[in-house]
Amino acid sequence: MTTRISLLAGIAAGAVLAGAGWSTAEAETTLTFTSFGGAYQKAQREAWLDPLEKELGVRILEDTLTGIAEVRAQVRSGAVNWDIVDLGLGDCSAGQAEGIFEPLDYQQIATQGIEKAAYDSHWIGVIYYSTVLGYSTERYKDKQPASWADFWDVESFPGARALRDYPIANLEIALMADGVPAGQVYEVLGTPEGEKRAFAKLDEIRDHIDVWWNSGAQSAQLLRDGEVDMSTIWNGRLDAIAEAGAPVAYTYNQGILALDCLAIPKGAPNRDLAQKVVARIVAPDLQANMPPLMNYGPTNAESFESGQITQEMRERSPSSPDNLKVQMISSAKFWEENRNRLQEAWDAWKTR
Amino acid sequence: MSATGIESLAARRAGRPDANAPELAADERRERLHLFGLSLPALLVIGIVAFLPTAWLFWLSFIDEGSFSLAHYERMVREASYLRIFWSTFEISAVVTVIAILLGYPLAYLLSQLSERAASLLLILVLVPFWTSLLVRTYAWLVLLQRRGVINDWLQGLGLVDAPLRLVHNYTGTLIGMTHIMLPFLILPTYAALRTIDRDYLKAAASLGASPLRAFWTVFFPLSLPGLMAGALLVFVLCLGFYVTPALLGGGRVLLVSMKIQQNAGMYFEWGAASAMGVILLVATLGIFWGLGRLVSLDRVMGER
Repeated sequence: MTTRISLLAGIAAGAVLAGAGWSTAEAETTLTFTSFGGAYQKAQREAWLDPLEKELGVRILEDTLTGIAEVRAQVRSGAVNWDIVDLGLGDCSAGQAEGIFEPLDYQQIATQGIEKAAYDSHWIGVIYYSTVLGYSTERYKDKQPASWADFWDVESFPGARALRDYPIANLEIALMADGVPAGQVYEVLGTPEGEKRAFAKLDEIRDHIDVWWNSGAQSAQLLRDGEVDMSTIWNGRLDAIAEAGAPVAYTYNQGILALDCLAIPKGAPNRDLAQKVVARIVAPDLQANMPPLMNYGPTNAESFESGQITQEMRERSPSSPDNLKVQMISSAKFWEENRNRLQEAWDAWKTR
Repeated sequence: MSATGIESLAARRAGRPDANAPELAADERRERLHLFGLSLPALLVIGIVAFLPTAWLFWLSFIDEGSFSLAHYERMVREASYLRIFWSTFEISAVVTVIAILLGYPLAYLLSQLSERAASLLLILVLVPFWTSLLVRTYAWLVLLQRRGVINDWLQGLGLVDAPLRLVHNYTGTLIGMTHIMLPFLILPTYAALRTIDRDYLKAAASLGASPLRAFWTVFFPLSLPGLMAGALLVFVLCLGFYVTPALLGGGRVLLVSMKIQQNAGMYFEWGAASAMGVILLVATLGIFWGLGRLVSLDRVMGER
């Protein structure tokens, strides 16, 4: 049995990862992949895990988590059950800083086609989603808002507005509305003057914000029920209500891309196999399996060249080359360093 | 006790007044032990679910990154938002309590004046919402109050307003929702207290020439205060820790201690940060009780003799 599996796995690994080291005599044959459950994890199973089980001749078990706290608890107590975890970008960055992840083996991972901001030594981005400007097509029939400057322009675009009750993304948006190019947002925001500038810009819109939303479902409900006419929203949430018939649309222009990423908890029982599986999941062919199932963007741009993604999906995908061009990527590093401070500043601003 | 009385009477008659005193004392000790034994499970439960966690919370609030520290308290002094959040929490709790009294007391009074049968029927109207899920009631308010909600549709349909009123996602909506949910907590204890007030007092007042209004204010109202105070305190304390309704109806405009605690637990990855806020809230609440206790006798409110 072991021989057959090693042989199969060896062939697969040899075929896909030419030159990668595969010398372990006793190969690991099972692995636990842990993600957020629901429709997302079902899509992950279908897009990545099922093909990999066949290809590598291994069994991939699944578990679910809600965030980094559970990973931290496992690593700190020395009882690690999970081999690969799917986490939000901020958690990945925090986990790397805390030292609770294994370093990824970039001998095995081909990073060609992956944005520099989308991977680091201990984590790698696995899907993109975007915070975009969503609006009512009923309210804005003739002229649609197309930038954050338009969101701020209450004269040309009257209507009820909503933003998330959270500093992340809002401070970037405020600076872009104030004319800072997407590429310089973090540079500006990192200075005390830039921070002041962002809050000053938010002061302008503050009285026009009807709702500060605090969950993705809420932002979708607000737009769907016509409670607000424009709002920041995650593209997947808006797709869902638009497909259900709500008169809403969005623009990717100046959207803020965020990532979910994969990491291997320190001391994971099957970490050699985990390295291999992570390397395969971020490869273009498996990445291309996700968009037909769910509109999350592949992190590997080469997957758009694989022929598996239709033109229509490409236009809607948050990370297709055309859409990527007009957006910015949220900086995990910036928020890791500044999150707590800016959250307190945000609350002080909100309660002022 | 009466059995003991008869026995000691018998003993005295026999000329040996305290002959069985040791046995009686032993009996009493045994009885106390039995009572203690019977209440031990309850005491253990209270100790485990109430006292231990509170003590643990207190302890955690002084721990930062594994060692003793005042960091969590320092942050609350340093960051301006904390004081404002505590202030708005106490403010909204007080406002909700006052509105609940204004709405709830007359209703409780009406209920207490009706026949038992009629009162029970009306009480169902108080109890049914009370038994309905908090989330359901909160979302129901959202449906009623929002821009394209039922109330705004009516108001606009009747031509009473031109533009929809902003009834929710703000302070107003939070007050409406919280008051609705808190009302039964005020009505039930108040009603129970009003029921026990002897109506003969009012008749006596009337026979001495008091007008109905005067009889109410000088006789009935003071007698109803303990029940009302119990209800009001219950509402006030429950409001202080209220999370769901203000979070859903406040539209992010109403930031209360409970929300900040939740945010802190997630933000600093240390229970200490959240614990410190819990401790301050607890201390502030006890402070208010103490202050109130100096004004009104809390013993009466709490139902002790």
